[in-house]
Amino acid sequence: MLLAKIKEALSSLYEDIQETQEAPAADDAAAVEAEATVVEAAAEEETAAIDTAPVAADAAEEAQAKETAPEQEDAEPEEAEEPQAPPGPKETDYKAKGYHLDVDLPPEKIPEAAEILLRENFFIESITGVDWIDEQQLEAVYDFNHFDELCRVVIRTRTDRDNPAIPTISHIYQGANWHERETHDFFGIKFTGHPNLEPLLLPEDADFHPLLKDFKA
Amino acid sequence: MNGLLQQDVNQETFTLNLGPQHPATHGVLRVKLVMDGEYIVEAEPVLGYIHRMHEKMGENRTWVKFLPNCGRMDYLSALSYNHGYVAAVERAAGIEVPERAEYLRVITVELNRISSHLLWFGAFVLDLGGFTPLLYAFDDREFILDLLESVTGSRLTYCYFRFGGVYNDIDDAFIAGTREFIKKQRKRMPMYDALVTKNIILIKRLKEIGPISKDMAIRYGATGPVARGSGINYDVRKNEPYSVYPEFDFDVPVYEEGDSMARYMVRMDEIEQSMRIIEQALDKLPEGDIKPKKAVKLVKPEKGDYYHAVEAARGSFGVRLVSDGTNTAYRLKLRSPTYSNLSLYGEATKGMLLPDALALMGSLDLVIPEIDR
Repeated sequence: MLLAKIKEALSSLYEDIQETQEAPAADDAAAVEAEATVVEAAAEEETAAIDTAPVAADAAEEAQAKETAPEQEDAEPEEAEEPQAPPGPKETDYKAKGYHLDVDLPPEKIPEAAEILLRENFFIESITGVDWIDEQQLEAVYDFNHFDELCRVVIRTRTDRDNPAIPTISHIYQGANWHERETHDFFGIKFTGHPNLEPLLLPEDADFHPLLKDFKA
Repeated sequence: MNGLLQQDVNQETFTLNLGPQHPATHGVLRVKLVMDGEYIVEAEPVLGYIHRMHEKMGENRTWVKFLPNCGRMDYLSALSYNHGYVAAVERAAGIEVPERAEYLRVITVELNRISSHLLWFGAFVLDLGGFTPLLYAFDDREFILDLLESVTGSRLTYCYFRFGGVYNDIDDAFIAGTREFIKKQRKRMPMYDALVTKNIILIKRLKEIGPISKDMAIRYGATGPVARGSGINYDVRKNEPYSVYPEFDFDVPVYEEGDSMARYMVRMDEIEQSMRIIEQALDKLPEGDIKPKKAVKLVKPEKGDYYHAVEAARGSFGVRLVSDGTNTAYRLKLRSPTYSNLSLYGEATKGMLLPDALALMGSLDLVIPEIDR
């Protein structure tokens, strides 16, 4: 029950992602037909990304994205009929994995996801990082769970290893404050908007990040 | 002018450092307090004084070699940490556990939970100025430590669980000793009730003081007795059953008040519930192996990430591990309960009297090595 509800609520976050990143959404049959238009769309997407990249994810940008989105949708009407498109919350095998829902989001969507989860009274278990050094990326993993009904939701996002930044959720879940500080300690991920991103577990003058795979003591 | 001066005097605050070496913080925790007289304007816990980077240690030794680390985080309920870690790795690597081993795990974990609650009980009342109960509690706890020593080989930093089972089987002396302990402890509890719980001084120090709301527990992720004292019926053993817990009949004590007294009552009631679990486990204890027939020598979980939580004495202890298919963890995250429980301290103590804030801190049942990891 809760799982279906939260899955649907979190799916809404993907609407404008799908509109701007259409390429992976095409299924096998449609893929061949769509290929030509996808290349165009990808080119459009690139230019759009360059336009908006330096600006932080603010309301104006989202509005802009929404404005440009319908045009692309017109170009590929098949997309609208696909709610089960590959990007989206994925149900996982709880027995094997230990969590129910796996949600992969771009960094700027994290606060929105946290708001949705808080609205459904999910509590925050932890935030942590993983260093994917081969891909030059840092992953942040957010664990949520519910007090009334077992439903573990994992939100994950990836950021560039050279300049890792993710918007904070400490104003939504106050408990995230420490978890984000800890993740900053260990991985150097900057949680933008965090009120006090000082070392928490490491010494106050620490300028190293011990859980990075290339860390040398 | 006079009025202005008056205002300035009222707004005068000072900074007070509590700890890192202070008996009330039970270890090396420092709290930076901004005080207005006796009242707390702001309280900020400062952590990391015994940070040992267990998570990095998890990445530079094999899965098996990390086992002893599990006994060195929460040294008061070390077996729960054993359990959380082995269960997570067993889930990841698909290791089967014989039923008898699961029973032994439950029995020892619950004994460990009682010993942890007893120590907390003594130390908490000591925080509030009552010295005697500590001595009684330590006397009881000694009984459990002897029992656990006979089977695990250690008294505090247990490393008893193995992947797929436990290290040692229990004998008749352990079973008889455990039953005797329960009988003895059942007689002790009414005395604690009369001596401490119904004590007017204790009630005045705890009742309606240090409120933690349901909403706060959600926003900070508080679990365990702290959440259950705020009317949240959440216990990993019931909500997310693992091991053989579904086979036992026990209650989850929940108190609605959210004050320090409620958290006190939850733990005192849990002692009885743990004893019920142990009794049933001893009655139903199946014969059989305590470790897999074919010894688990090489642990290589498949690529991917896995999560497993257990109910430790202080709340939900979670292990999130990322495996790259080798015999060493790619990433090992330890989600410790008191870390989240303490994070709400700043908000909960706003405007509180300092002695009440110390009572609140005691009611959170902090174990600093587990926060700092």
